[in-house]
Amino acid sequence: MMEWETVIGLEIHAQLATKSKIFSGASTAYGAEPNTQACTIDLGMPGVLPVLNREAVRMAAVFGLAIGAEIARRSVFARKNYFYPDLPKGYQISQYELPIVQKGQLTIDLDEGVSKVIGITRAHLEEDAGKSLHEDFQGLSGIDLNRAGTPLLEIVSEPDLRSAKEAVAYMKKLHQMVVYLGICDGNMQEGSFRCDANVSVRRKGDPKLGTRAEIKNLNSFRFVERAIEFEIERQIDLIEAGGKVVQETRLYDPDKGETRSMRGKEEANDYRYFPDPDLLPLVLDEEFIATTRASLPELPDTKKQRFISQYGLSSYDAGVLTTSRALSDYYEATVAALGGEPKLCANWVMGDLSAFLNKENREITASPVSPVQLAGLLRRIQDQTISGKIAKDVFEALWAGEGETDAIIEKRGLKQITDNSAIEKVIDDVIAANPEQLAQYRAGKDKLFAFFVGQVMKASKGKANPQQVNDLLAEKLKG
Amino acid sequence: MSLGPAEVAKIAHLARLAIREQDVPAYARNLSAILELVEQMNAVDTSGIIPLANPLDMAQRLRADDVIEADQRAHFQAIAPRVEAGLYLVPKVIE
Repeated sequence: MMEWETVIGLEIHAQLATKSKIFSGASTAYGAEPNTQACTIDLGMPGVLPVLNREAVRMAAVFGLAIGAEIARRSVFARKNYFYPDLPKGYQISQYELPIVQKGQLTIDLDEGVSKVIGITRAHLEEDAGKSLHEDFQGLSGIDLNRAGTPLLEIVSEPDLRSAKEAVAYMKKLHQMVVYLGICDGNMQEGSFRCDANVSVRRKGDPKLGTRAEIKNLNSFRFVERAIEFEIERQIDLIEAGGKVVQETRLYDPDKGETRSMRGKEEANDYRYFPDPDLLPLVLDEEFIATTRASLPELPDTKKQRFISQYGLSSYDAGVLTTSRALSDYYEATVAALGGEPKLCANWVMGDLSAFLNKENREITASPVSPVQLAGLLRRIQDQTISGKIAKDVFEALWAGEGETDAIIEKRGLKQITDNSAIEKVIDDVIAANPEQLAQYRAGKDKLFAFFVGQVMKASKGKANPQQVNDLLAEKLKG
Repeated sequence: MSLGPAEVAKIAHLARLAIREQDVPAYARNLSAILELVEQMNAVDTSGIIPLANPLDMAQRLRADDVIEADQRAHFQAIAPRVEAGLYLVPKVIE
């Protein structure tokens, strides 16, 4: 059996979250009526001049600094020439020889505790094309140019990825990073974050790379994984049957779960790049780079390590809580408001709060329960006013806007019973009502202990302090 | 370096230009002459010279990220051969 090694490199297009386009003052907002956000520059009308958006440049630099890359002090825009109806100018303004970001890296987490550094060759600024709609308009295609000119950051990885799983882990990490940095909204359904994959296989130990195929149209993490897995199989089968992989562009078909050749279609990879004479070289000075660097937020990996050391969280918990800035901010605000108990806060933020947010499909920034309110609830668990179980009911009431924690506890009579004599009275009643179980328990049927605990909790409507119930019950049942 | 008829045809195709068969030799000659000029320039020692991206010795001016363009769709589409539902209609590009 021949052993094969897979080599994958990803090209990811992230739409930058600017208000206006990269070279014009038209809006980039998604979902507008077709062609209402395409101005003369986006339409490629004669005589117009592109002027570069400062914010797009800043976002590209933010990304570069966050991945430890070099920011080019001088970079150049080039024309990539090709004809397609959604590209009115006949060329896409991109960067070719001198991209703004070069030589960065991203650490991805694989199985428990294993991580791998993936090289990022470059990231360059370019403009997005319009959209072609191929539904039938009497045998014609419809063109919407609202997207034309939206700023893109094309992020090109080194061929460092060795499996579909690694590719997905890298893509997810990059997605998390651009959203975290606030430079991309990350909305994959709307095409804000798209991926092309270069896939090849070679015999294990062969230093030479195999011929690669480029797979396009990968707009979800699941598709990336499936398409790459299919492509690996296809290439290995082809070579083992005596065939050869040809360098080509392939399209992933999510319905059939396969990739297919785009040959036959225009595939002249002869873009005849040349520097765009309408744009001057982009020059960034040290002050701009220093200011941008100073503006960087604490990055996810650094924050994760801090959560582990500062709050004593597990690597898993720290990882989950640092997936987004909003989530980690919420968590830290809760811990600060409660004044401690970081593990308890983590459990609630990752548990009940996240479950409610998911159920209602809400972002954490739209949570009806604020960090201060959650801390108020946790304080009542901490001081034993209520049990953790009762707290879940109070949380639900907080979520529904029924008032603050103390008022809810008061109104619903949920205060925990911590008075020993009160609990003893309930226990006595329960024991008296269940003589048969008592006899069995005393005869050695230990697991009936849980039955008695359950009965006592039920009789107290869940309000008896569980630890006290356990202690007192053990005492009483001994007889 | 000189170009043959096949290369002229390829360049014309990439530029989406229709050229007449009888003009091909003339295009081949003229384009070859341009390449010869480039070859002459190649002989100059340019080591240590930063490639010129633009003849103006200036850096790119940047604009603020503000939306300043209003919708002028009706105006632009008045000259389009065919439109429907706000879209420009073009010959189908996918089989």
